[in-house]
Amino acid sequence: MKRALLAGCVAAMFGLVPAGAVAADAIVVGSKAFTEGYVLGEIAAQTIESASTVPVSRKLGMGSTGILFAALNSGAIDVYSDYTGTLTEAILKRPELKSIDDIQQALLAMDLVMSGPLGFDDTYALAVKESFAEQHQLHSISDLAGVETKIRAAFSYEFMDRKDGFQGMAASYHLHFAPQNVNRMEHSLTYQAIDDGAVDLIDLYSTDAKIEKSQLRVLKDDHGYFPVYQAVWVARKDFTERHPREWQALLNLQGSISERAMIDMNAQADIQHLSFAKIAARHLGSEAPRSQSLKSNILQRTREHLWLVGIALLFSVVIGIPLGLVAVRFHAAGQAILIFSALIQTVPSLALLCFLIPLFGVGMKPALAALCLYSLLPVVLNTFTGIRSIDPKHVENARAFGMTGRQILLRIVLPLASPTVLAGIKTATIVSIGTATLAALVGAGGYGAPIVSGLSLNDVPTILTGAIPAALMALIAYGVFELLGLVLIPAGLRKQT
Amino acid sequence: MLRLQNIYKSFEGKPVLSDVNLTVPQGATHALIGSSGSGKTTLLRITLGLIPFDKGYVKIDDQALLSFTPVQWADRIGYVPQDGGLFPHITGFRNVSLIATLRGWRTQKIADRVEELRKLVDLDPAVLGSFPFEMSGGQQQRVAIMRAAMMDPAVMLLDEPMAALDPLIRRSLQRELKSIFQRLGKTVLLVTHDLGEAVYLAEAITLLHEGRVVQSGAYRDLLRHPADPFVTQFINAQRTLPDAAEIA
Repeated sequence: MKRALLAGCVAAMFGLVPAGAVAADAIVVGSKAFTEGYVLGEIAAQTIESASTVPVSRKLGMGSTGILFAALNSGAIDVYSDYTGTLTEAILKRPELKSIDDIQQALLAMDLVMSGPLGFDDTYALAVKESFAEQHQLHSISDLAGVETKIRAAFSYEFMDRKDGFQGMAASYHLHFAPQNVNRMEHSLTYQAIDDGAVDLIDLYSTDAKIEKSQLRVLKDDHGYFPVYQAVWVARKDFTERHPREWQALLNLQGSISERAMIDMNAQADIQHLSFAKIAARHLGSEAPRSQSLKSNILQRTREHLWLVGIALLFSVVIGIPLGLVAVRFHAAGQAILIFSALIQTVPSLALLCFLIPLFGVGMKPALAALCLYSLLPVVLNTFTGIRSIDPKHVENARAFGMTGRQILLRIVLPLASPTVLAGIKTATIVSIGTATLAALVGAGGYGAPIVSGLSLNDVPTILTGAIPAALMALIAYGVFELLGLVLIPAGLRKQT
Repeated sequence: MLRLQNIYKSFEGKPVLSDVNLTVPQGATHALIGSSGSGKTTLLRITLGLIPFDKGYVKIDDQALLSFTPVQWADRIGYVPQDGGLFPHITGFRNVSLIATLRGWRTQKIADRVEELRKLVDLDPAVLGSFPFEMSGGQQQRVAIMRAAMMDPAVMLLDEPMAALDPLIRRSLQRELKSIFQRLGKTVLLVTHDLGEAVYLAEAITLLHEGRVVQSGAYRDLLRHPADPFVTQFINAQRTLPDAAEIA
C-alpha cells in the first residue's frame, strides 16, 4: 500500500507535466525585462500571429542582454528586440561600428539577422520643462549655451559617471555648468525634482514614459554626441529562412514606431497599467488577443513551477541519496561530495544560472540544472548524517542474524535514517519552490514570470500573482511532506519523540 | 554442542585472544565471564562469524564455522544482543519474523512458529503488535529470545542479556530465563560480567582474563580449587554487600 501511495504522489506531481512546453514548430519571441522590452516583444508576437498560423510562444522578461543573446544562439528563442548601441557594445564588442549596414554584416557573420530601425532611438537625452523651453527658446542642446551658468540641473549617477555621459557631452558642446548647480541623484527622483521646480534640466532615456506626463521637452542632440540606440529586431538566420513570411511581417514594422509612439506606449504600461497585449494591439490597430484569464494564467504558471520543482526533487532523490550513501561508505569521496554540494550552495542563484547558460542554453534546462544542484546538499547531507547517527549495533546485529548488505541497507539502515532523509528532501523542496522563481530570468516561466514583470513595472498586484501562489505551494509542500512522513517513516520511529 | 578450539586473535600485532578453548555440551548452559577488556566481546564476535580470527576452530556439532556461508552459520546460532537489541522501527512480530521472511518462509509457517515461541517464553500476544519503545525491558528480552530461536538454531548466544535492567526485575527475569532455557533445550552460551548471573543460570563457567582462559568448570570448583589467584580475586570482587554481623 505504501508503494501505491508513493507512486500516486509521484504520478500526481508529474501528471501535470507538459508544462509551458513549447510546440516543436512554434515561433518563440523573447524580450528584455523592462517595460519597453515587454511592449516590443508583445508587438512582435502579435504581428507574427496575425501574419501566420504558426503558434507563437512568448518568453518575455528574460534577464539581461547576455541571457537573450545566449537564448538566441541556442535556439531557445527566435527573435527579440534590441538596440544598435547595445549590439555593438555588448554583443559585437565593436563600438566603432556605426552604420546599420556594418552592424548587419557583423551580426550575419554570427548567423544572426538584424532588421532596419523600428523608428525610434532610446538613448540619453537632456530635457527641460516645456514652459522653461518656451521661455528660453530651447530646442537643442546647443541652445543651452546661453543659459548654462544659471541653469539648475539634476543628473543620474550613471549619466554623471559614464565616459559618454555628462563630461563628454559638456566638452562636446562647450557647455560650462556651474558646479554648485549640478546635482547628482537617483534617476527616478530627477523627474520628481523637475516636477517640483527644484531643477530646470535633467537627463533621461529618450522614450521614458514620464516625459509626457511631466510636460518635458527633449532637447535635440544636434551634435550627434550620444551613442545611437536605435531599436531593431534581432533574429536567428535559420528562423528568417524557415519563416520568411513571418520575418517579412516583422520587417514591415521598420520605421513604424516613432519616439512619440514608444513614449506613449511606455506610459500606458507604467502609468495607466494597461496590459502589454492591449498596448501592442492598440498600436497595431488590431483586436487585443483575448488575454489569458488570471485563473488559467496562474494554472499554467503552477504547472511550470511544479515541473521545475518536481524534476529537481526527483533528481535530488535519485542522485542525492546514493551520493549520501557513497559519502558514508568512502570517507575521502564522502568529504569531497559534501564539500562540493556545500560549495554550490554558496553560489548566488543568479550567478549559478549565468554559469549554466553556456552549458545548457536558456529556458527550462539551465533552470532545472540549477535547481537540481541546489537541492542536492540538503538531501546528501541528511542522508549522510541520518545514516551516521544510526546506532552501529543495529547493523552489527543484522549481520549476526545473517542479513546481506543489501537487506541491511533496505530493511534496517534506510528505514532508521528515513526521518532525517525525508527532512532533507522536505528542505530541498521548499528551497526549490523559492529558488524556482528566479528561473523566469532565463525564460523557464513559473511563478517567477509575473514577479519579474511586476518588478519591472513596479506593479505590486502582478508581483503578488506570482508571490502568493509560490508561498501557497511551499505551504502545501510542507503539508504533503507531513503526510508522506506518516507513510514513509516507520511507525516505531514516528511515535518516538 | 558448541566448541571453540585453540582460538588466537590479535589486533595490529597485539594479541587479544591466546589459545582459548571452550566447550558447551549439547543442551547445556555455559557462562563466559570476564571483566571488560578480557577479550570476551572479541570471542563473542568470532563465534558469531562477524570477524576473522588468526588460528583455531569454531565448531557446532563438529562442523567448522569456515565450512559455512555467513547466512548458514547465522541460522545455526541464535543471537540475543545486549538488552535485546530489537530493531526500533518494526513491531515485535516483525522483529521475530524478519529473518524467516527474508529466507522466504510462508506466512502461515511464520505465524505458527511465532505462536509456538510466544507460548514458550510466555509473552502476552498484544506485545508482538507493539514497537520496542512501548515494551518493558522484560518484554523486549523475551521478544529478543523469540527472534534468536526463530530459525531453530543449534546454539543460542546471549550477550549481557540483562545488563541494563533494574536489579529487582533482573532477579525475576533470571528465574524466567532459566526455565525458558530448559524449555528450549538448546545449547546456550551466555556472555556476562556478572558472576551471580553466571552462577545462577549456567552449569559451568569459563573465566577469561587478558585473552586467556584462566579456569573452566563449575562454580564450586572455581571457589574451592582456584587454578590461579586471579580466580579468587575475581570471585571476591563480586561478593555481595556485607551482612549485618560484619557491619556491627
